[in-house]
Amino acid sequence: MAHAAAAPSSHDTTHGHPPTSTGLDNKKIAIWAFIGSECMLFASLISTYLIYKGRSVVGPYPHEACLPPICSTPLKAILNIPVTSASTFVLLMSSLAMVLALAAVETKDQPKHTTGERILGNSKLWLWMTALLGITFLGFQAFEFTSFIHEGLTIRTNLFGSSFFTLTGFHGAHVTAGVLWLLTLLAIDYRRGLGPKDALNVDLAALYWHFVDVVWIAIFTLVYLIK
Amino acid sequence: MATMAPAAAFTPQAESYAGESGLWAWLTTVDHKRIGTLYLFTSLFFFIVGGLEAGLIRLQLAGPNKHVLSAEAYNQMFTMHGTTMIFLAIMPLSAAFFNYLIPLQIGARDVAFPRLNAFSYWVYLFGALFMNFSWVIGAAPNGGWFGYAPLTTMAFSPGLNIDFWVLGLQILGVSSLAAAFNFITTIVNMRAPGMNLMRMGMFTWNAFVVQFLLVLAFPVITIALVFLQFDRFFGTNFYTIAAGADPLLWQHLFWVFGHPEVYILILPAFGLVSEIIPAFSRKPIFGYPVMVYATMLIAFLGFGVWAHHMFAVGMGPIGDTVFGVTTLLIAIPTGVKIFNWIFTMWGGSIRFTTAMKFAIGLVGLFTIGGISGVMHASPPADLQQTDTYFIVAHFHYVLFGGSMMGIFGGIYFYYPKMTGRLLNEKLGSWHFWLTFIGMNLTFFPMHFSGLLGMPRRIYTYEPGQGWEAFNKLSTYGTGVLILGTLFFVYNFFASFKRGAIAGNDPWGAGTLEWSISSPPPEYNFARIPRVTSRYPMWDMKTPALTAEVPHTQRGDSRLDVDVAGQHAADGHPNPVGNEPKQLEESGMHIELATGESAKDLGIPMPNPTIKPLICAFGMIMMFSGLLFIHENKLPLAIAVMMGGALIMTTSLYAWLLTPLEDAH
Repeated sequence: MAHAAAAPSSHDTTHGHPPTSTGLDNKKIAIWAFIGSECMLFASLISTYLIYKGRSVVGPYPHEACLPPICSTPLKAILNIPVTSASTFVLLMSSLAMVLALAAVETKDQPKHTTGERILGNSKLWLWMTALLGITFLGFQAFEFTSFIHEGLTIRTNLFGSSFFTLTGFHGAHVTAGVLWLLTLLAIDYRRGLGPKDALNVDLAALYWHFVDVVWIAIFTLVYLIK
Repeated sequence: MATMAPAAAFTPQAESYAGESGLWAWLTTVDHKRIGTLYLFTSLFFFIVGGLEAGLIRLQLAGPNKHVLSAEAYNQMFTMHGTTMIFLAIMPLSAAFFNYLIPLQIGARDVAFPRLNAFSYWVYLFGALFMNFSWVIGAAPNGGWFGYAPLTTMAFSPGLNIDFWVLGLQILGVSSLAAAFNFITTIVNMRAPGMNLMRMGMFTWNAFVVQFLLVLAFPVITIALVFLQFDRFFGTNFYTIAAGADPLLWQHLFWVFGHPEVYILILPAFGLVSEIIPAFSRKPIFGYPVMVYATMLIAFLGFGVWAHHMFAVGMGPIGDTVFGVTTLLIAIPTGVKIFNWIFTMWGGSIRFTTAMKFAIGLVGLFTIGGISGVMHASPPADLQQTDTYFIVAHFHYVLFGGSMMGIFGGIYFYYPKMTGRLLNEKLGSWHFWLTFIGMNLTFFPMHFSGLLGMPRRIYTYEPGQGWEAFNKLSTYGTGVLILGTLFFVYNFFASFKRGAIAGNDPWGAGTLEWSISSPPPEYNFARIPRVTSRYPMWDMKTPALTAEVPHTQRGDSRLDVDVAGQHAADGHPNPVGNEPKQLEESGMHIELATGESAKDLGIPMPNPTIKPLICAFGMIMMFSGLLFIHENKLPLAIAVMMGGALIMTTSLYAWLLTPLEDAH
């Protein structure tokens, strides 16, 4: 006898997968758990940056110039807030593009009548847009890093350099991973087209992307804006 | 009332579905039960390695001015003993139970991400081998399991020793985090119908809370290790005091991880004991909701006590007071658990099986460790005790008397579920009593040697300070412990072939995992059960057991299941004397071994795959490439890292682009 007691046939769950307890897909729960741990990761990085703020024994410093005798040659304040404001704007706009990309994938099957609807419904366009804005942000970061190095700040120079490059570098690595994720989605879109059944997978990328954006808002405020 | 189900009622072993065997099947497995088994064997192996390291430490300290080990070898030995026991033995032993039991306890057929689960195991195995490879080249980590920076920076610890430790812990962190995401998703999302959160087994509850601790605590040590790694490999200044660095940064970051880690180590054992004690007391757990809330409170408070490891650094009266008070607070939910176990046993019909002896051992020994913990929660007392053998005594009562006793109990309790055969009770009794006596003989004298001022981490000592006798006792105790472990190892392997046939439910326990055959078929449940109470097996087999327990509601209005003709919502949740028949109709049922495969039953199962193993290998290769930087072989380092990254990315893409199972 296979089963000592048979369940009513209307509740037979032998075939296929039973529905999930919450009705949400497993991947959705997992990405939230992942984002939770990422919060602690960046919280540790940001706390260290803040703890070490103002403790560097040599320049350059983020917000103040370093003058002799502390520095042998005068070094100006290193953070370039206007340029970083521009790159912050770029990254925030990439989140908007990401929202539109997800919406385009979700509504792929709906008929499009106007040019506007066709543009909004073009998932490739918005995925490209998100990825390119992300790459632009990374370009800004590469520019920022090289100019800092030219001005005499490397990861080895002082506590500010160590904690700044590590914090923003970790964020940049997260953006890079996000760009690779978006390019992968684009490759799938070109190969077989993304449709509503792929919306979940795009949604996961979007959640990650928005999270990385939110972290940047915290970094921009705490590192760049607050003196 | 029958206490032991008659073996004749169960189908013989041969008929149960064994699945594919052979090395390849194990390398490619994605079955949570097999992965759990792999975890169990690997972590028991490292438990024995860690135990032998402890044996050498005790030989060295058996008397004054001994030279069994050099000072340098001693440093490596105590560092690797701690690191091995924590990261390679107790945590993965818990992971073995998480893997094996969580899906069975919640009525699921596997974890949420079976391949990620395999990946976690392989990363753990490779990480453990990586760290122990340091012995082979004679450069085992030597900075303590806590690796205090700046001691562990290049200036004070040149050589590859600390590099192995830093990279090894990073690797193991990946394994723990991946597993934690997996188990959180599994518990949140894959419960059987009716298995609401407040009906889950106590073990699953404890495991659930532990996953949150892992998710929130591990990133902090990841960052602390990244800083150390950068300092060592790239010359950053995070722990360089001359550059203005805070000498306490590492300690804070480490203990923000390290104290929750203590609960990561003990809560799974608490969970196991919370299954064992009800089963052998024939009573539901006393105060189930309070147990759940106490677990959550312990975890929550566990994040607010880290600086009690740092009273001696001089944080000032406010810091000391705050962390002293939060530490005292944490004794309350912990005490609640102790009392609830005692009240569960109170008035029960107790059977002193080996598992039960270990569980009671935990209750007693953990309490001793807990009380000495409360002692050094008070900063003035702590200043006398810190860095002495008193602390060593304390945390061994908590980790050996607590975690390991609970885990041994869990092994005796669940071995029949995993293998289909019972462990020998007579050998088990020997194992228990030798362990119990050996453990007390080893660690109780350390309270005295500690209070007499014997510092931790010294490789030898001068005679005439009153420490000799206590150290001698500790060393004898370790011998007894090793003897006890030999009984266990023999029992573990001999019972594999010769143990008594267990059947579904050898202990007459109440939770869901006992409703299926032992070992369970690959799909666990041929029919997903519909759960209507916390102890569904007791509802079916011995309803009187749960009848008089308040708040043990049975039946389920949402599932539209009546129990004993009474709707749960009618306000009479505990009718006495209902017939099992009525519950069978509710959809909760017992499954016997049939030998049918998932294919026979049309149950979709994930395909075995080697990709997680290759991906894990690529990751370890990437990390180990860094070592060559310190050997002044930069091109080789880059080549190894790039090669590892390539292997990892390629196999990751291949893995993600292959569906988990065949289309159906």
